[in-house]
This record gives sequence, structure tokens and C-alpha cells, in this order.
Amino acid sequence: MFGYYLDLALRSLRRNRVLTALMVLAIAVGIGAAMTTLTVMHILSGNPLPGRSAQLFYAQVDGDPMPHGGNHREPPDMLDYQSATDLWTAHRADRQALIVDSQLKATAPQSNKPALMLTMLATTTDFFPMFAVPFQYGGAWTAQDDTQRARVAVISANLNDKLFGGENSVGRTLRLRDSDVRIVGVLKPWRPAPQFYTVAGGRFANGDTAGYFGRPEDVFVPFRSALEINDGAFQPFNCWGQPSAPGHLQNAPCNWIGLWVELGSHAKVAAYREFLDHYAQQQKALGRFQHAETRLRDLMGWLDFNHAVPRNARLQTWLAFAFLGICLFNTVGLLLAKFLRRAGEFGVRRALGASRRAVFAQCVAEAALIGFIGGVGGWLLSLLGLWLVRRQPTPYADLAHLDGGMFFLTFALAVVVSVLAGALPALRASRVPPALQLKVL
Amino acid sequence: MQIKPVLSALQKHRLAALLIVLEIALACAVLCNAGFLIASRLSAMQLVSGVDESSLGFIQLEGFDPKVANDLNARVVAGLGAMPGVQSVHVINSVPFGPQAGAFGVTLDQAGKQFRGVPELYLGDPGTPEALGLKLVAGRMPGAQDYQSVVEGYLPASSNVLITRTFAQRLWPGEDALGKTFWTGKNQFRVIGVVANLSVQQYDEEGERGAQWTVFVPTKSGPPLAGTYLIRADPQALDRVMVEARTVLARIAPDAVFDHQQSDTLPVLRERFFATDRAMAGLLVGVIVALLGVTALGIVGLTSFWVAQRRKQIGIRRAIGATRGDILRYFQTENFLIVSFGIVLGVVAAIAINLLLMKVFEVPRLPLHYLPIGALALWLLGQLAVLGPALRAAAVPPVVATRNV
Repeated sequence: MFGYYLDLALRSLRRNRVLTALMVLAIAVGIGAAMTTLTVMHILSGNPLPGRSAQLFYAQVDGDPMPHGGNHREPPDMLDYQSATDLWTAHRADRQALIVDSQLKATAPQSNKPALMLTMLATTTDFFPMFAVPFQYGGAWTAQDDTQRARVAVISANLNDKLFGGENSVGRTLRLRDSDVRIVGVLKPWRPAPQFYTVAGGRFANGDTAGYFGRPEDVFVPFRSALEINDGAFQPFNCWGQPSAPGHLQNAPCNWIGLWVELGSHAKVAAYREFLDHYAQQQKALGRFQHAETRLRDLMGWLDFNHAVPRNARLQTWLAFAFLGICLFNTVGLLLAKFLRRAGEFGVRRALGASRRAVFAQCVAEAALIGFIGGVGGWLLSLLGLWLVRRQPTPYADLAHLDGGMFFLTFALAVVVSVLAGALPALRASRVPPALQLKVL
Repeated sequence: MQIKPVLSALQKHRLAALLIVLEIALACAVLCNAGFLIASRLSAMQLVSGVDESSLGFIQLEGFDPKVANDLNARVVAGLGAMPGVQSVHVINSVPFGPQAGAFGVTLDQAGKQFRGVPELYLGDPGTPEALGLKLVAGRMPGAQDYQSVVEGYLPASSNVLITRTFAQRLWPGEDALGKTFWTGKNQFRVIGVVANLSVQQYDEEGERGAQWTVFVPTKSGPPLAGTYLIRADPQALDRVMVEARTVLARIAPDAVFDHQQSDTLPVLRERFFATDRAMAGLLVGVIVALLGVTALGIVGLTSFWVAQRRKQIGIRRAIGATRGDILRYFQTENFLIVSFGIVLGVVAAIAINLLLMKVFEVPRLPLHYLPIGALALWLLGQLAVLGPALRAAAVPPVVATRNV
């Protein structure tokens, strides 16, 4: 029966080509716009570490003594040096990584390439297994390297291509500012979206969070080594007094370090929360803290708190769906016109014994066919739309590609939308009284 | 034209008419809000920087040893200054649309009680305000004695500064700012001149900081003021100078890394700064065009159907004396009524959507004059869309009435 309806639908669509083209076009444009923005949203709001994100937590305590209005206040987004190192050296979590970014000049002494300005991530060895960072050559440094301030580094695939032509550069030397470091690992191309581990300060960004979708750092160095190598070039997140030496923040009244911890079970999470609270209370008793508020958000909670999805992308999605709504109304109107014009034909079918349900099914089949053709058009238009997004001046532009799931969603959405659009006109068509129509013939 | 028969005819097509009404309403709501968003992006792009953009370029060097800062500054200023077409080279911390270089909270008193906001500070060596092309509206430009060295931290302990007219009003509403002092922490500023405009480096419309909240602090070059330079050149020569500066700098400052991202002419920096706004405005324009197109097609499609359906009635009307003009006006009136219903609903929806956007996206309130403009656009669109089918209806010959009765 479905085949027959499809055949009828094809004939009917061919009979009135302009109207068909209008409906297909409306659905295609609406679906194209909606799928383009949905794909972008899907990429921007995705989980950067599926399966692991629920075990990763961002720890916050409040080292800032300045009074702020309100009873309930959020701790700052980063930690001061003392708190960060205290919490890290306690080793209360399964894994823990300190995080701080800084800019420095890098050269490869054996090559004659010009010097580059790079972002260096100062972190600790757990960073790599915690965040499932993929290695191409070599591996992470050891815990001993962390404590002994070893001059070692892990570099990105991008930097390895630039400086060493993509060869295995493990064991070679890289000059970071005035220090020579030995390369112990080279990463595979790695592009977490967002670059979640450095996300902070989103609540002050007024929705302009596209910067979270930039590329990871090019060089990773043990935390304490990095503080020595790039002394004088560290930027604070916020300060409650002027640092005495700009860029040297170890004793400065500033927050500038992030702490990530991995906690494998609910019990461990609860225990760690208690540990943080206890630490804050103790520091308050010692007079170093004024506020004992602490936070321990999991990865997705932290991204959410920072409103990681840029506001422009969310606004565009709203717009696209309003647009799809207009296209839908349009299609409903046109389908209604089309079906009611064929009232005579339906009257004949009914008179020959077709049930209301059969007429309804025939009309819905026709709507679904229009939806499918519109879906093909919508798919092509969303490819065009994503191409346009990739040409936009945003850091996430290169991520905008249609994946398999979104490809099928395009057709599903198109067919569902057009069947919904067809339902009302089909209902009207199926209610055509046969006798009245036959009288006119 | 009588409206009553049109209305009673529409009663026969309630559902189809309702759909068009809803489509028009949604289109009206989106049109008003998208139009408002476009206008606000475009007006943000009109930001007045207060400097001679077409003559200015900015250069940022990184990765040099702070100990050689004075030497580097001397080499760069002399080296770039010798290039043909260059009028002057100054050490400056940043420029409008350049990297954010210094935002400091300021207070009217030393104790830090009377907080007045977080302006951006420009630091520049002697001659910088003149090179920028700042327009003085009161007081005087800094003289040679006003330029001081930075001993500790980022700023001189006490300095004679220029502030913008807007920021002067912010600090001392309705008063003369000249000679007054304000503070950031332990550092004191005394106002010696007020300039017309000098915009902040990275203006954020939704931030607390106003577009013109800036202070110019006369400073001698040397750490921490090093590595960032203002080039003033003949506007015709500026692009060439900025390109050639790279080779010159590679020769005279091989120890520093040229920042390709931040170093460019001010017109280019300005364009890059507004690139996202321009892209978003372009996207919204595209959406509006597609939206109006789809709506128009919907009207054309449905009216064509009605015309085809009513051929016989039209024929009868023509046969009993109606002119072509009467038929044409009938469909035009019908469309006008439908669009009007849509607009009434659409205005309500536009305000509702705006309230929602205000809550979710913190956009400002929709100015009411967008509503009549949107309504007018849709009336026009409806009349244009209906014209084709209505003319076809008017062309129906009276003889149709005599067939098939």
C-alpha cells in the first residue's frame, strides 16, 4: 500500500511542479539553516572527554581576602600559589594536575628556523593520563621530573611539524627562552573542543567565549621547571594587591593556577569535598583566608558554569529554529492548498470505497516524500552553511563539519517536520465529503 | 472597497488564512528583532577611536630580554624612524583595537573608597598624543617635564594625565576636570588636559567599561614600556611601511619575535576587531532576506490556489458588472487584511521575543519604532507577492461564468 501511495505522491508532485518546488525549497532552506546551527551547537556543547568527564573535577578555594557584597559568594576561578601547591602536594585524589599558561620564545637550536612565540602549559605529569592526551612519540615525563624540576618537555604535533618536519624528535633539544629542555614526548594531533582544562572566567566574558575553542598549547613543561624557565612572564587571573615583581607570582597576592583532580568514585568525591572544606577552614583559622567557600565541579559542570557555548552560536540557533518555524507554516499552507484543490479526486476515492484513513495516509505519504526531497536539499544547504561557518573569523571555525549522526538527523528532522506539516492538511483532505464532490463532477 | 464580503469569503478558508496570519506574525517578530540586532551591531562598528587611524600602525615585539628593553626601544625607534614615509615612531603600550594593555580601577580619593570604574590606561613616550592625533578640548598637552620614568610596577608614582571628555564627566559630573586628581592604588593622577575622544583598546558593549573610558599617562620609555610601537606615516605609504618594517626589524632586532597577529595598520586592526560583528550582521541580513522570500512565496502559492479555486466566482462577478480593477482590488484588500492580522499578532510576538532575548542574551530593549517599520515592510511584501496572482485573477474573462454552470 505504501508503494502505491508513493507512486500517487510522485504523480501528484509532478503534476504541479511550481508548487512542489516551492514546498521543497521552503523545507530545504529551513532544514539547512536549522541543521547548520544545530551542528555548530552540537560541536560547541559536546563533551570533550566522553566517558571520563564525570570523574574529572575542578577544585576551587578562596584565597582572595577582599570583602565582596552578598552572603553567598563564588570562590575565584583560579588558585593562589600557596593553595594550589598545598592541595596538589596533599595527593588526596587519584590523579591531580596543576595548570598555568604563559607565553615564551622558543627556538630549536639545531635548526635555522626563526624563533617562535608559543604558549607553554606548566602542568604536572598526571595531566596526560587524566585527560587521555594521545602521544605519537615518547610519552609523559615522570613524577620524579616534576619534583626535581627536570628540564624536559612534551610538544604538540603542530610544533613538531614546524620545527622538526614531523620526525620523531624525542631526545632532541628545544630552547625555551634561555633554557634548553629535552623533548620526551610528541603528541598526536589533539584538538579538544573546548580546550576545557584552561577554561576560566566565563562569567565575566559577557557570552563572548569563542576563545575557549582555540588550539591546545604547543609545549608542555613540568610545573616547577616552567615557573623557573619563564619567570617574570606569568599573568594573574586576578589580584588583590599589586605584585611586587611583575610576572613573578609565587608570593604575589594573586590567583593564577588551576587544579584538576580525578576522583574515581562517589565516596572519593565526597572525601575530596570534605578535604577541600577542611583545608579552607584551617586556612581561615590561620588567618590566611577570609572566606571558607569551596567548590568542586565536574568537567561538564565547570563548562556549564563558564557558559562555554558562545552566545552568538546560541542566538543563531534560536534564529534558525524561528526560521524553520516560518518555513513550516509556509509548507502547511501550501499543502493545504494543494490537497483541497484535489478535493474532487479524494471524493472519487472515498466514493469508490477508500476509508478516511487511506486518504489520510496517502496525503501524509506525499508530505513525507516532499520532506525527504527537502531533506536532500537541506543537507546540501547545511554543507554550504557549514562551509560558510568555516570561513567565519571564529576560533571554532575549523571544527564545523557534519558528522554521521547529524547527517541522519538532517533527514529525520526533514521528514518529521514535513509529516507534521502534512498532518493537518491531510486531516482536512480525509474529511472531504464524497457526495458533495461527486455532485460537482 | 467593501471589507465585509472579503471577510466573509475568508471565513470559508479559516485554516489557510490562519496559517498565513501565523507565518506573517512570526516573520514580523523575527524581522523586528533581527533588524534591531543588525542595527545595534552596525552602530557598534561606528565606534569613534579619536585617533588618526589612516596614518597609524602598531607593532608588537615579544620574547626579548627585559634587561635590554631600553636598548631595543632605541634601536627600533631609530631604525623604523629612518624608513622613507615614516613621520614618527613612539613607544606606546597599545592602540585602539590593539591588545588590551592596562585596565586599572580608579578612585577619587587615596583611601580607595570612592570607586569610579575601571578605565584603560594608555602609556606613551614624549610626542605620542600629537602622533595619535588626539584633539584637545580643554587644558594642555603634556610637556617634556610631564613624561616620567616608571620606577616600580607599571606606572609612575604621580603623573599629569590627559583624560577623555566622557571619562571626565564620569569622574566629576558637570564639573571642570582640569587640575583635579584621582588614584589607582598608591598611584596619583592629575588632569592637565581633556581630549575629545580616545577609545579603549578592546571595547565590549556589554561590559561595565564605556567606549571612551581612557586615560593617557605620559611616560618615558623603558621597562615595562617596551616592545610595542606606534608608527605614524603618510597614509599612502602606511601599508608599504608596515610590510617593510618586518624586514627592517628582523635586521635591527633579531633577538625579538615579531607578533604577526597584533602588528598591523589601525584600519586593519579595526576591521579585524569588528569581524565577528560584521559576520553576524551579514548572517542576520541573509536570514531576513531568506525569511521574506519564503513568506512571499507562501503568499504567492496560497493566493494562486485561491484564484484558481474562485475562477468561476470571479467570472460571475465580472459578468454582472465588476471591472478588472474591482477584482484586483479585492485580492489586494484580502491580502492587506490577512497581513494586518498577522502584524497585530507579530507585534505582540516581537515584544515577547525581545523580552526573552533580553533575559537569555542580555540584548537591550527593542525600540518601538522598529515595529511600524517591520509592519510597513510586511504590508509592502504582501502587496508585491499578491500582485501576480491578483493580476491573473483580474484577467479572468466574464465568459467563464457561462461555462459549466
